[in-house]
Amino acid sequence: MASLKEMRNRISSVKATQKITKAMQMVAAAKLRRSQDAAESARPYARRLASVIANLASGVSGDGAPKMLAGTGRDERHLVVVAAADRGLAGGFTSSIVRAARVHIDSLIAQGKTVQIICVGKKVTAQLTRPYAGKIVETFDLSAYRQLTLSVAQPIADTVTRLYEAGETDVVTLFYSRFKSVVQQIPTGLQLIPATVEGVEAPTGPAAVYEYEPSEEAILETLLPRNLTVQILSALLDNMAGFYASQMTAMDNATRNAGDMIKRYTLEYNRSRQAQITKELIEIISGAEAV
Amino acid sequence: MAKLHFSLVAPERELFSGDVDMVQAPGAEGDFGVLANHAPFMTTLREGKVTVKDGATTKVFDIQGGFADVGPEGLTILAEHAVEAA
Repeated sequence: MASLKEMRNRISSVKATQKITKAMQMVAAAKLRRSQDAAESARPYARRLASVIANLASGVSGDGAPKMLAGTGRDERHLVVVAAADRGLAGGFTSSIVRAARVHIDSLIAQGKTVQIICVGKKVTAQLTRPYAGKIVETFDLSAYRQLTLSVAQPIADTVTRLYEAGETDVVTLFYSRFKSVVQQIPTGLQLIPATVEGVEAPTGPAAVYEYEPSEEAILETLLPRNLTVQILSALLDNMAGFYASQMTAMDNATRNAGDMIKRYTLEYNRSRQAQITKELIEIISGAEAV
Repeated sequence: MAKLHFSLVAPERELFSGDVDMVQAPGAEGDFGVLANHAPFMTTLREGKVTVKDGATTKVFDIQGGFADVGPEGLTILAEHAVEAA
């Protein structure tokens, strides 16, 4: 059995840990609110852009369609962008995204396709380097940015576009965690290229005859790369909110566990202290009786 | 007079949304103004100023690149960067 002093030390160390996890939980809660707002306020832009593109895409089809929309027509080489957190201490946040991505990657490899990987976030790089060392083409570290803006998503989008236009890849998929609510984040795979136009119906009724300036195709050409960036940005924003939500939950659990531990140790400490006092009393009494 | 529904959206947030009298914007092939019931029209934008007029008030936004969509439901500008000019 540990000595009383050892037990006292252990209790105070758990108490110190509890203070840290408590503080982290509160910081995460505050940051969660801010990043949730950021994720919400970025949605109108993404939604509008998607609906405009859907509108345009329904008009432009066949051979005239830009490659980013139509794809290369092959399905051989895949580029997988895995975006998660730069920091840890958020429960299984990164792991759940990485797990979803690995299932996808492994099934592609099993089908004999070529896979390239882009890691966004330090923790992702750490988790993917071992199993897929030769396949990682680029890594991004976002921990230096205090705020997520379009300029953060731009380099990632540029890399994707460069690889695609160089003919290195046919299909691009982005893995991130969709922020559904504070308690629910869903690891999601989103196909970026060929662009998926979904959910937005072409306007019903007499189709309005649009005038385009410059041409329809030219507009689509400029909008598609931007859509790519915006999709990546909104995935990053979702990730950010999800990260803090999951950190908050993890730290809340840690604080509670620390509390349980303190209770258990204190009970044990008091018991052994009591036992020692009793033992000493017996020694004194029996010593007195012997005299 | 009929009002035009106008919204100006930047990637980070929605800067303006509401009914106004007129909007002037820098189109890629020349500036243009939009009143209510404008014919459907789509264009890319260059760097410049978006002027929003509603009654006696005028608001000016500086934008950098973007895209304008005039539809039956109004005018939407998706700007890459946008700030309200002082």
